[in-house]
Amino acid sequence: MAKTNYESVVVLTPVLSEKMLQEAVTSYEKLITENGGELIHKENWGLTKMAYPIQKKTTGFYQIFEFAAEPSAEIVDKLELAYRRDEQVLRYLCIKLDKHAVKYNERRRNGEFNKPKEVAAAEPAKPQTKAAPVAEAKAESTTSNEEA
Amino acid sequence: MAKRKRYTRTPIVRPKKYCRFKKSGIKYIDYKNPDFLMAFINEQGKLLPRRITGTSLKYQRKIAVAVKRCRHIALLPYVADQMK
Repeated sequence: MAKTNYESVVVLTPVLSEKMLQEAVTSYEKLITENGGELIHKENWGLTKMAYPIQKKTTGFYQIFEFAAEPSAEIVDKLELAYRRDEQVLRYLCIKLDKHAVKYNERRRNGEFNKPKEVAAAEPAKPQTKAAPVAEAKAESTTSNEEA
Repeated sequence: MAKRKRYTRTPIVRPKKYCRFKKSGIKYIDYKNPDFLMAFINEQGKLLPRRITGTSLKYQRKIAVAVKRCRHIALLPYVADQMK
């Protein structure tokens, strides 16, 4: 049976230490791989500012997984159940990728930002914002723990 | 007898709108890129109609889905006063 590509975005609470964040991420990775999924790509945006507060938090750790799996394995169901049970998860989104999305993600990974014209105009700003929050995350994760 | 001058309205010539996705061959709209989606929403964070952006129906639907996903993961606001 043909495998389907999925993508999952999780927003985790900013009140996490680096270690706890890694633990959460690896646990989800495990869940995907142990159920016969094939992890294609993962991306960590670090601490990113959200457009509106969720649970009175204005920032969150963004983690993206892209994986291929048999639809019959029901990985998405299991993953969403795990997200719902996890209190550290502020938001999650699991979607099925169509063939265009798969192609786009591949090109994005390879750093081919000049594929779509408009995206290319907006894209160069992204790596900067992506790089900064990671640095912030390290500094802030210690402070946010003290608050908690 | 002087002929009355005929009044003719000069039509306003605007460049023809086009669907930017069709023109540049974009097949997938990334919901993780709020900067790009900003082009299709107004200052209040509402979706702009097709008649303003010129997008074809096929891609307008995809934009709508992408914007909604983007809002869900809190990269775009559901409501805003001044976004731009």
